[in-house]
Amino acid sequence: MISVTTRFRLHRCLTFFALLGSSNMAFAAEMDMRAGVTDMSQRILQLHHYSLAICVVIGLLVFGTMFYSMYAHRRSKHPKPATFHESLRVEVIWTTVPILILIGLAIPATSALIDIEDNSDADLTVLITGSQWKWHYQYLEADLGYYSNMATPEEQINNFETKGRNYLLEVDRALVLPTDKKVRFLTTADDVIHSWWVPDFAVKQDAIPGYINEAWTRINTPGLYRGQCAELCGKDHAYMPIEVEVLAEEEFDQWIVDQRLAIELASGQAVADRAKTWTMAELIDIGQQVYLDHCATCHEADGSGQGSTYPALAGGEIPNGPMAAHISRVMNGAVDTEMQAWAPQLSDLELASVITYERNAFGNTTADIVQPITIFEAR
Amino acid sequence: MTVTAGHNIPNRSPLMAFLSRWLLTTNHKEIGTLYMWLSFVLFFIAGAMAMVIRMELFQPGIQFAEPLLYNQMVTMHGLIMVFGVVMPGFVGLANWQLPLMIGAPDMALPRLNNFSFWILPFAFTLLISTLFMEGGAPNFGWTFYAPLSTTYGPPSTDVFIFGVHLMGISSVLGAINIIVTIFNLRVEGMTLMKMPLFVWTWLITAFLLVMVMPVLAGAVTMILTDRHFDTSFFAAAGGGDPVLFQHVFWFFGHPEVYILILPGFGIASQIIPTFARKKLFGYHSMVYATASIAILSFVVWGHHMFTTGMPLIAELFVMYATMLIAVPTGVKVFNWVATMWRGSITFETPMLFALGFVILFTIGGFSGLMLALVPADFQYHDTFFVVAHFHYVLYPGAIFGIMSAVYYWLPKWTGNMYDERLGKIHFWTAIIAINMTFFPMHFLGLAGMPRRIVDYSLQFADFNMVASFGAGMLGLTQVLFLYIVIKTIRGGKKATGRVWEGAEGLEWTLASPAPLHTFETPPKFPTPEEDYPRD
Repeated sequence: MISVTTRFRLHRCLTFFALLGSSNMAFAAEMDMRAGVTDMSQRILQLHHYSLAICVVIGLLVFGTMFYSMYAHRRSKHPKPATFHESLRVEVIWTTVPILILIGLAIPATSALIDIEDNSDADLTVLITGSQWKWHYQYLEADLGYYSNMATPEEQINNFETKGRNYLLEVDRALVLPTDKKVRFLTTADDVIHSWWVPDFAVKQDAIPGYINEAWTRINTPGLYRGQCAELCGKDHAYMPIEVEVLAEEEFDQWIVDQRLAIELASGQAVADRAKTWTMAELIDIGQQVYLDHCATCHEADGSGQGSTYPALAGGEIPNGPMAAHISRVMNGAVDTEMQAWAPQLSDLELASVITYERNAFGNTTADIVQPITIFEAR
Repeated sequence: MTVTAGHNIPNRSPLMAFLSRWLLTTNHKEIGTLYMWLSFVLFFIAGAMAMVIRMELFQPGIQFAEPLLYNQMVTMHGLIMVFGVVMPGFVGLANWQLPLMIGAPDMALPRLNNFSFWILPFAFTLLISTLFMEGGAPNFGWTFYAPLSTTYGPPSTDVFIFGVHLMGISSVLGAINIIVTIFNLRVEGMTLMKMPLFVWTWLITAFLLVMVMPVLAGAVTMILTDRHFDTSFFAAAGGGDPVLFQHVFWFFGHPEVYILILPGFGIASQIIPTFARKKLFGYHSMVYATASIAILSFVVWGHHMFTTGMPLIAELFVMYATMLIAVPTGVKVFNWVATMWRGSITFETPMLFALGFVILFTIGGFSGLMLALVPADFQYHDTFFVVAHFHYVLYPGAIFGIMSAVYYWLPKWTGNMYDERLGKIHFWTAIIAINMTFFPMHFLGLAGMPRRIVDYSLQFADFNMVASFGAGMLGLTQVLFLYIVIKTIRGGKKATGRVWEGAEGLEWTLASPAPLHTFETPPKFPTPEEDYPRD
């Protein structure tokens, strides 16, 4: 299946080494650490360049000496080997000189690190909670929180559709932050260890169950910045992107106001949803989408599951068993498995419709209908 | 690899004779051969897993390996390469060479030696069998961080734990044997400071093994009790601490990475003087540098954990200690260069691999120094930059070390010279392929590609494709290595006892192939024909 783009990329690979020597800026950008949009990310880039330059100089000296020796002291040119094999003086020199170089490296690294670890006097705090395989953001001062899931469709991952520009790096709801404010991140996790990383902020902090870690940033430029989970966290570790939308300060304040308003409206909507009696067709329609967004990654779009770790829902025990047990499993999850509690993540309508869908799809024929009010009462 | 017949027990069928010879052997050369073959077989198995990984990463999207399978491949590739290829490879070399180099008739504890080898085929059969179990093989990376390996681990995790226990027992027994052999069976006149460098580095490695393998055993045991006996060592909900696991694991894990490289240092220190026809420069400082690296390796485990939320003071201590390791490591590299300086150098295959080792290992050392700088590590950590770093120190480091040793001593083991032309082709294809595979990974990591991901965004596509091409070439070139080894065992130009013009040491006073039993009467040391006896 060598497509046109593949051949194009192949071609670029072959010409890659030719390009290395030339000053091709597109490649140069891909080959270096990202400069980012914070003072700290730029300071770290400088440290990176500084240490790289020292390594390159030492490397040129050492390898240059080696290659010269290989050339000049090869047997055909230098048949009689010298007999020296010891010198305390040079041993002392090449022990102390590297120590001095290391001190020269340690000084900027130490001063940057002291600033990185200074989490005091934050203007704004966001609690970041990782769980398999999504992020939850909570604005502690604004009483506002939401989940952020990857938005790249399954079809792109499985090569049925052309991959978009931000393939695997796009989410349904980005974290929104203001510029020029000291933002403190608190990271933790619900299940396994994750790591929240945005290269442009030079922030990488592990999210560990039972721990609350701290990090901070101060962003200089508005824009969209992307990152990924950096700690292996199970099956969909590759599908846990981070997207941060950075707004100017006044826009950010307006955004917070808008979000508070949206919460008011949504709770009104929830009351209306509960009041209504939904038909099977309506619920299945909504439920299918909820299922594809949240359940299909493990249980598969056709409900066939993946071995014993992710049980099949087609003909499965729970979707064909008592309804109360099914509702409880979806809302509360199963202890010590990757089945999460969905009650805090989905609305009454979404839960009701996805359970209805599971009981009437994949060949399951319970004919059961779950209404949002049932879910509301089960909460 | 030995062609000498073992003790034939009469009235047995040929098959039984063959089995009992290899199952019951207590001869250090035969056990060495068994270790080397086990390492070789597992090298191809773990290499095949690397091919699956690189095939999947050839292009964005899912093509060959679903995420669950991919994670199993990543985990098993790492576990088998570390515990099944490099460690048994070095132990095999130790078995073959230590007695020959110190003038001993055999290892000090021959039955223990047999036992420590024969544990391993069972351990790795168990480990590999997990691939076929319900729920699949371990899929949490070779570092098996809790709680991914406890609460969320597949059922096969328990089999993996048992396998790791077996490997640990084998390693500790093997290490005890090596320590006892070196301390007790050296030929008269060979004081500690007259031992060949390979013997020195293995002595220090063996001490590292005895000290840290029990820590690994403790870590997997705590995982086991957390999984099945309601303990909460690593479970936050029960008052435990997931980060504790990382401390325990890396307290083993960091000395472990020196276990994987110190014998390689020893090999380079044997081979470079031979082909430079000049005594090793700075013998004493080489020994002290190796010991310093080993001691420092116990206080730097925290540099694997900078992003776990360590306090500032701990980060600073670990950063400084880690940077300090560059000093003795630098001393070793400078000494190798000084050994070559004004020598009379030829470039036979073992020398090529040893030089490749020094240069590429040093590049891995440079990226290691960069990784030690905590602020920069916040960007490098858990990206392909780290993958590039440790493959540079392990492939052209540990694996090239083993390969150069095999080319160097194979004529001694088999009595035949390997095919020099093929050996050179092997070297040049391997070194091109290694750089093509692993150098672009530096760029991927810097550009922001996390490690252990099954699929990646589009800006990483070009370098991943280059790396995958390189990996395919690297895999093929090792098939050539297998061919060269088999060809040498089956025949070839006869090797002299001394084999290499510039070689020094007791093993070269023996005939090639080395008879099954050697040094039954202790040899003279230093050997009369040595041009430059040690002081």
